[in-house]
Amino acid sequence: MGEGLPVAEEARSALEAARREGRPLTETERAIAGAEALTPQEALARTEAAEAADHRPGARRPMVINLGPQHPSTHGVLRLVTELDGEVVRDLHPVIGYLHTGIEKQCENKTYWQAITLVTRMDYLASYFNTHAYTMAVERLLGLEVPERAQYLRVVMSELNRLTSHLVWLGTSGLELGAITVFFYTYREREKALDLGEMIGGERMNTRYFQVGGCADDMPPGFERQLREFIAQMPARIDEYEEMLSQNPIWLDRTRGVGVLPADRLVDLGVTGPALRAAGVDLDLRKAAPYSGYEHFDFQVPLGVNGDAYDRYSVRVREMRESVRIIEQALDGMPEGRHIADDRKVVLPPRGELATSMEALIHHFKLVTEGFTVPEGEAYAAVESPRGELGCYVVADGSPKPRRVHMRDPSFVILQALRPMARGGYLADLITIIGSLDNVMGGVDR
Amino acid sequence: MALIPPPGSPLERAPRTDPEIDRDLRDAEEERAFERSLLTTTVDKALAWARSSSIWPATFGLACCAIEMMHTATPRYDIARFGAEVFRASPRQADLLIVSGRVAQKMAPVLRRIYDQMLEPKWVISMGACASTGGVFNNYALVQGVDKIVPVDVYVPGCPPRPEGLIEGILILQRKIGAKGLPSSADLRREQPAA
Amino acid sequence: MGELRTIVEAACPGAVIGEAERAGELTIEIANERLLEVARFVKGPPLSFVLLSDLTCADFPEDPRRFRLAYQLLSLESGARLRLRVWCPPGEEDRPEVDSVTPVWATADWHEREVYDMFGVRFRGHPDLARILMPLDWEGHPLRRDYPLGGEEVQFTDAV
Repeated sequence: MGEGLPVAEEARSALEAARREGRPLTETERAIAGAEALTPQEALARTEAAEAADHRPGARRPMVINLGPQHPSTHGVLRLVTELDGEVVRDLHPVIGYLHTGIEKQCENKTYWQAITLVTRMDYLASYFNTHAYTMAVERLLGLEVPERAQYLRVVMSELNRLTSHLVWLGTSGLELGAITVFFYTYREREKALDLGEMIGGERMNTRYFQVGGCADDMPPGFERQLREFIAQMPARIDEYEEMLSQNPIWLDRTRGVGVLPADRLVDLGVTGPALRAAGVDLDLRKAAPYSGYEHFDFQVPLGVNGDAYDRYSVRVREMRESVRIIEQALDGMPEGRHIADDRKVVLPPRGELATSMEALIHHFKLVTEGFTVPEGEAYAAVESPRGELGCYVVADGSPKPRRVHMRDPSFVILQALRPMARGGYLADLITIIGSLDNVMGGVDR
Repeated sequence: MALIPPPGSPLERAPRTDPEIDRDLRDAEEERAFERSLLTTTVDKALAWARSSSIWPATFGLACCAIEMMHTATPRYDIARFGAEVFRASPRQADLLIVSGRVAQKMAPVLRRIYDQMLEPKWVISMGACASTGGVFNNYALVQGVDKIVPVDVYVPGCPPRPEGLIEGILILQRKIGAKGLPSSADLRREQPAA
Repeated sequence: MGELRTIVEAACPGAVIGEAERAGELTIEIANERLLEVARFVKGPPLSFVLLSDLTCADFPEDPRRFRLAYQLLSLESGARLRLRVWCPPGEEDRPEVDSVTPVWATADWHEREVYDMFGVRFRGHPDLARILMPLDWEGHPLRRDYPLGGEEVQFTDAV
């Protein structure tokens, strides 16, 4: 068949495998193989034959192009095999898996404590939420009670993470649509928030601050003051972003009416989070099934009307304001107590005790080398991440290592809605839609 | 902290596209011949200065490291000071490939294709632990180190490395190119006593 | 919570073969052949579990039934959750099969593709059952327990 490029080899061997098994090609395989399994000579010959066969004047054939996986506007390594008729998108096939890391398989070889560091790197913009869902599932299996102060600390860091994730989304969405200024403005705020994360968690991103039973550490001195300063200026900064975009005629033209799907179709496709709330459906897991003390806080859930890209933008900006309010309430009402549960069979003893107490030393040793065992069972814990419902399904079998860890990632599910949303629209609208859906490929591919 | 592979380390790496144009600066023999013939003239010093002061990266952000790479372009860390803020989407217009993030098996041929599409002279920075060695993920899905696919000039460890770490990597790359008349890494190695 | 089981049993007699409740979560085990029928029932009124949150699989090679699928459901009105569990025995030719629930919940499309890719469970009636995360020509199903973790051997360590 002639030598081909490596990606063509993959498509070719898939075609042969299908022929061997005697089954027809599925739609995705046809889309990928049709785009790839041709040498340049074959492609040219095919184009010339098609042109020769079609004599109608002004006849058009859809052009199949590849967006990605290396592309500045696809928010990561997403490949879209797009059928274009001029500027109009006739059909598109998302191809994912370019960031598949095998995290779920690797978690089965790590103890429950070690798996936290792997799970946090899935949806890397919402790293606290990944660990929150995972630790909640493990705590449910253990029947472990998380102290109230730890719950409030978790809420503070989760909402801070929601802020930083929305800031990245706003910056990069603006960047893709040409509004570059907003990128620099939002990252300026993100730097301050990441400094706070570094103070408390040790690292700017991918921290392992949430542990099974609570949080790894209490607030260091100076943290609360710096956090209060940060949230004091945040509302003014959000006003700045809105001033740049919300009434901007270019922004309105590019986002109004783009990517609309009816609400029941969205629910059927499994879409949750701001994309669903922009269509008017009031589903927020923090209100519908409160966890980690969210029932103590007074905040609103912003809803949209049309479900277009502008509404998704507006919902997320209002969510940022609500996050600021929640952080403030959490700081004001922070209860006294421990930052992590008391159960020494599960939780590491405080470092100071290791020098004086033999029992603490033994517990520490056992926990670090062997890990704690979790009784048999399964649990599914879901949190409201910046992208939607982020759930973790853990199957335990009584050993120190989990049997199965699966993350229900909202980006994975939302990407299924891309195809019905983008069909029939312009190519430029496709970029707007991808930006407004806010998918993170780390979560999609895991 | 950015690292240059230590002298004497095995050179089992992916081949460069055209071995004639861009020589491997770690090979001491070739380097001496190269230096004698080329980098002594003022014109070539000027070339080295020009190349190093405007390294244009290609957008190849894969995972978490890509976010930190975006941070280097923002005002606090600002690689525009070093002439590198122009991230080109097309590899044909870029000099530097910053592989930032974990490279899956499915992505590997795409990475090589992008590298091949870049024009000489080109350099590669492997940013982060996953790109350098596979990182935390020692499993079936990832390529354990991007230097199995493309030749790497500077490795920047970290998970993810701070934006300052990436900037140090770019500065070390500038020194490697021979910027500002400073000794390149090959000069430094020649000064060391033979191990 | 027990009422959920009785409601389902009343509508689809013989479909429910087990029940478990742990930490406030209810799991109902369904017979493999009756899955689509039960799915259609729980989606409609009165239960209205309209959102399929998650569809995943766990591999138990020591059990002859081997593959255990779990369907996490959420009801928008009440906020209640339900888990449906289905076993897919591989049989002699190693072809574990179950009906696809894409006619009921469209979101099951990619979830089922992922389960097929990672475990090899086939879904009857799925519109487009191709590999989704691994390359199209990959051999083997990575998340099965007998598939090796892979990667490189690291010297001087017994960590994995």
